[in-house]
Amino acid sequence: MRAVSESKPIIQVHNLVKHFPVRLGAFGEKAAVVHAVDDISFDVYPGETVGLVGESGCGKSTTGFTLMQLNRATSGEVIFNGKDLTKLKEKELRKYRKELQIVFQDPYSTLNPRMTIGEALAEPIRMHKIVPQNEVAAKTAQLIEDVGLSPNVANRYPHEFSGGQRQRICIARALASDPKFIVCDEPISALDVSIQAQVINLLMDIQEKYNLTYLFIAHDLAVVRHISDRVIVMYLGKIMEIADKDELFNNPVHPYTTALLSAVPEADPDIEKERRRIILKGDVSNAIDPPSGCRFHPRCRFAVHTCSLEEPPQRDLGDGHLVACHRIDEIRKGTIRETEDH
Amino acid sequence: MMPSTQDNGNSRYEAKGNNVSKLLEVKNLETRFKARNGYVYAVNGVSFSLEKGEMLGVVGESGCGKSVTMMSLIKLLPPSAEITSGEVFLDGEDISHASAKKMNYIRGVKVGMIFQDPMTSLNPFVKIGLQLAEGIMYHKKLSKEEAYRQAGIYLDLVGISNSTERLNEFPHQLSGGMRQRVMIAMALLSEPSLVIADEPTTALDVTIQAQIVELIKEIRERLNTSIIWITHDLSLLAGMVDRIVVMYSGMIVEEATLEEIYKNPQHPYTIGLLQSIPKVDASHGKRLPSIGGAPPNLFIKPTSCPFAPRCAYKIDRCEQENPQIREVRTLHEKNHHRVACWVDVEKRS
Repeated sequence: MRAVSESKPIIQVHNLVKHFPVRLGAFGEKAAVVHAVDDISFDVYPGETVGLVGESGCGKSTTGFTLMQLNRATSGEVIFNGKDLTKLKEKELRKYRKELQIVFQDPYSTLNPRMTIGEALAEPIRMHKIVPQNEVAAKTAQLIEDVGLSPNVANRYPHEFSGGQRQRICIARALASDPKFIVCDEPISALDVSIQAQVINLLMDIQEKYNLTYLFIAHDLAVVRHISDRVIVMYLGKIMEIADKDELFNNPVHPYTTALLSAVPEADPDIEKERRRIILKGDVSNAIDPPSGCRFHPRCRFAVHTCSLEEPPQRDLGDGHLVACHRIDEIRKGTIRETEDH
Repeated sequence: MMPSTQDNGNSRYEAKGNNVSKLLEVKNLETRFKARNGYVYAVNGVSFSLEKGEMLGVVGESGCGKSVTMMSLIKLLPPSAEITSGEVFLDGEDISHASAKKMNYIRGVKVGMIFQDPMTSLNPFVKIGLQLAEGIMYHKKLSKEEAYRQAGIYLDLVGISNSTERLNEFPHQLSGGMRQRVMIAMALLSEPSLVIADEPTTALDVTIQAQIVELIKEIRERLNTSIIWITHDLSLLAGMVDRIVVMYSGMIVEEATLEEIYKNPQHPYTIGLLQSIPKVDASHGKRLPSIGGAPPNLFIKPTSCPFAPRCAYKIDRCEQENPQIREVRTLHEKNHHRVACWVDVEKRS
């Protein structure tokens, strides 16, 4: 684990909010707001991998997009190298674009079918003037080699490749502009199981080689545990818990984290036989009309009256372990009892 | 139950014959799809059986033929598909040549289906109540009142509260997890002897997946239904099924009781799949063992071992002949284990 306190964060997110206006009703007569990301703050340090987990609709992808300024934030700050990206104009942003890259979930829809792999990789190199014109081909070849593809792919088109190979190409293209920070938005969810491990290994190899920092968004907790240094758990637009990977997986504090971890199946029949799952009641609440107080309280087995009234503040339990829950103390002492209707 | 060396997998079950405790028996099933330039060979000689009350997991990657195999059993296939060989016995009765009318009855009453995507498997224009009751009104000749009453009972069973009100709602008024519960109620409503669940939790979040898995386990205990659970997630099956079938390139490469698959895996593909699941104790920076290469080309019907191009232990024979599935030594006597691989585990280097 990297010593967090020693270095300065590469990215600081302060009170980031992203709301999407929507229209409801059969004729769109009702205006409403989706609270996709609601006042979240975290830091990312150089060279580390921060896992961002949560269920669909919890705002993890929106966080990644807003951080990259693919969505403009409703309010809050994203500070990269001392500059607040949310205040920059599109033109000023351009020079930061090459430093921040993203790998998307679906490698089938993110490559232009009419461009050869070589062209697709050369485009960002030329655009950002990464190397002189006469070295573009060499740089492209280097990228192709780095992601483990054979040199002759440069003249071929995306449809000739399998999902795993396409994801390698997407990773090469993200690398083309020599970025410092890459958002990986569910980069392996669309791939076959036997291919997933290949891509995870590749991401870890190039992180070392290119000295990259990752925000790794995923819903697969086993993968996040493997690749991350620190993990952020989100629920309905809010951060519930942040901790070092081992701390989070071994000593989860927030009731949502505990339930989420307990829901993950383990590939061992003996463990599964012994296991007592915490089954959460109901579904994730609606982000248009989020619950008052703690967003998790309608599904929480420890929820008390306060939880529905006041939003729990984020508390630091030491070593960067942050938890937002009213009942931290009882949970840590082990004196907590489930509330009656659960 | 020793397989003879000459057969094509046809006589694998002959020794036991059509035992009465067997609910389902499939022999040498082959299904292909007509494509623009040839055929896609989706299922290439699959044989397996299912006991009454048993829960079987079928695992494999996309395109391995796991869904097509199950859809072939009940002939729920698109027009481009063609079942070129195979016999299917349900409750001892040969249904491989059943008429369309008979198949309707089988799908309506004897076999229940749960699909992956509850968003698209329900008709958005029809109220939940009618969608549930329709099948049993038609197949079991129940009155409307009786069918709706039954539908309500099954909604209660799958944990949907206010079932009488829910019957009057439309699918869009329910969340994804709720819709999947409705699908499960629908599959169970005709009291089928077999339920085929095709990746029923893949589209759902982990906490909802845990709810659905718990529900299916409960229902199985109460109703003693036989279940086939298709998935690509080996970890999911560990706490759930009695036996697992691993498929690759339209063939069964390994079939064994639960403990055997996880503790004593034999086929290089199964071993690779298990190893590529990130482990609890794995430290950061450690590489995951991965299976090299890419999934097989299905336009070519395999004549040799389809996994050979990706296999670290292959010998010359693997590239010449397709391995027959055979019994191997198990950890305990009560277990059961079959593998399609030419190379014994002890001889791998």
